[in-house]
Amino acid sequence: MRRLSSLLIFSLRAVWGCLTLTGLLAVLPVQAAQQAPDVFMQQLSNELLEVVRKDPAVKAVDLQKLATLVDLRVLPNVNFQRMTASAVGPAWRQATPEQQKRLQEEFKLLLVRSYSGALSQVKDNQTIVVKSFRGNPEDNEVVVRSEIRGGNEPVPLDYRLEKSADAPGGWKIYNFNLLGVWLVDNYRTQFAQEINAKGIDGLIAILAERNKANSRK
Amino acid sequence: MLGLPHRFSWLVLSGLLAITGCATTPGGNPLDPFEATNRRVDAFNDSIDHAVLRPVAKTYQDFTPTLLQTTVQNFFGNLRDAWSVVNNGLQLKARETVETGARVAINSTIGLYGLFDVGTPLGLQKYTADFGQTLGYWGMPSGPYVVLPLLGPSTVRDAAALLVDSQGDPWGYINPVASRNQGTVLRLVDKRAQFLGFDDRLNEMVLDKYSFVRDAYLQKRKAQVRRGPPADTDDGQENFDEPGNKKNSNDQ
Repeated sequence: MRRLSSLLIFSLRAVWGCLTLTGLLAVLPVQAAQQAPDVFMQQLSNELLEVVRKDPAVKAVDLQKLATLVDLRVLPNVNFQRMTASAVGPAWRQATPEQQKRLQEEFKLLLVRSYSGALSQVKDNQTIVVKSFRGNPEDNEVVVRSEIRGGNEPVPLDYRLEKSADAPGGWKIYNFNLLGVWLVDNYRTQFAQEINAKGIDGLIAILAERNKANSRK
Repeated sequence: MLGLPHRFSWLVLSGLLAITGCATTPGGNPLDPFEATNRRVDAFNDSIDHAVLRPVAKTYQDFTPTLLQTTVQNFFGNLRDAWSVVNNGLQLKARETVETGARVAINSTIGLYGLFDVGTPLGLQKYTADFGQTLGYWGMPSGPYVVLPLLGPSTVRDAAALLVDSQGDPWGYINPVASRNQGTVLRLVDKRAQFLGFDDRLNEMVLDKYSFVRDAYLQKRKAQVRRGPPADTDDGQENFDEPGNKKNSNDQ
């Protein structure tokens, strides 16, 4: 009888242990997903540099393949809707959901192309050093600073990140600053020029035209 | 910035004064009251670039051994670094002054007058600074945006500072003048060669190159003269994707 009860207790303990373990396992990925922002950016940068160095598409400047690479590796970590909204400016709020979708598609094509071109210029000795994070990690929006090293002058590259539950690392990039220039915001003036002259559809049309011309090259 | 002989800088300045006399365009960027004139100068620069500078730079890049190109870049880069040390010093930036200074010292001696860049492998990075940046750092406003003939984007402050920059450029004191001019041309061509490919890319990614370059230049200069990291500002943070006012923890 005593043996039976101790067996019962033992098995209960085992079950409970299993439960806590599965509970832990269920919790773990969530904790791992929300990384410190600087750790996240360093990993992402390293991963990307690694891919860029190894992929023959980069050396061959195969823009089509590079664009796929960017789609697969970079875009899951980017809030592209917010980026496009930044480039369009206040007019974004007046655009219909359909227009917003088209703007995003065309802007993505435009940016991915130039970004892929930039990736193909990466040299073997270049590294990206992410500076240790000085902000409050509890904030929903943070700034992470980094430097591209390996040229004779360090090139500052800063990111603005927002917390995001559905991103692989728990953060999404929504803006970046190269050499002191917020590149996405830098589009606002010329986009506003088009919108003022020809409306949002006019902007979509001219972006589509530019992308078509680019892809023919 | 390209370290031209200072007589040429005077030419630029007189051109600048002529430009500032022109009418302003309403409704543009408030920092660009001379937009109409600037666009004309920009178009002029582009045509010169396409006709002369770009083809020459392309030939230089294709037919000069890479090692030689690197040597040219090292040499003129080292001269430029020396002037950066002075300006970093004037801005009381200790680390930048010391690191760039050590770099110049090593490259000018062990690196044989700067022909070899020994500093970079030793971890000594350059921090480029010019006199326009120094003036901005001490609070002088940039003034309107101007596109200088042949030299490109600038502001009234930065253009005036070029006169001082050209005085601070050791190459300006090379004699005889013929060799100095030949070197200046080489320096210019080499500089242009470094941006080959970049300009095609730029044309692909923008709708209006003029306003894109202008806004980027102004943003970059503002960042360079700012005390503290660029991330300290709210720039690039506004969320146009959320309707109306939004509050987030960074606003405080």
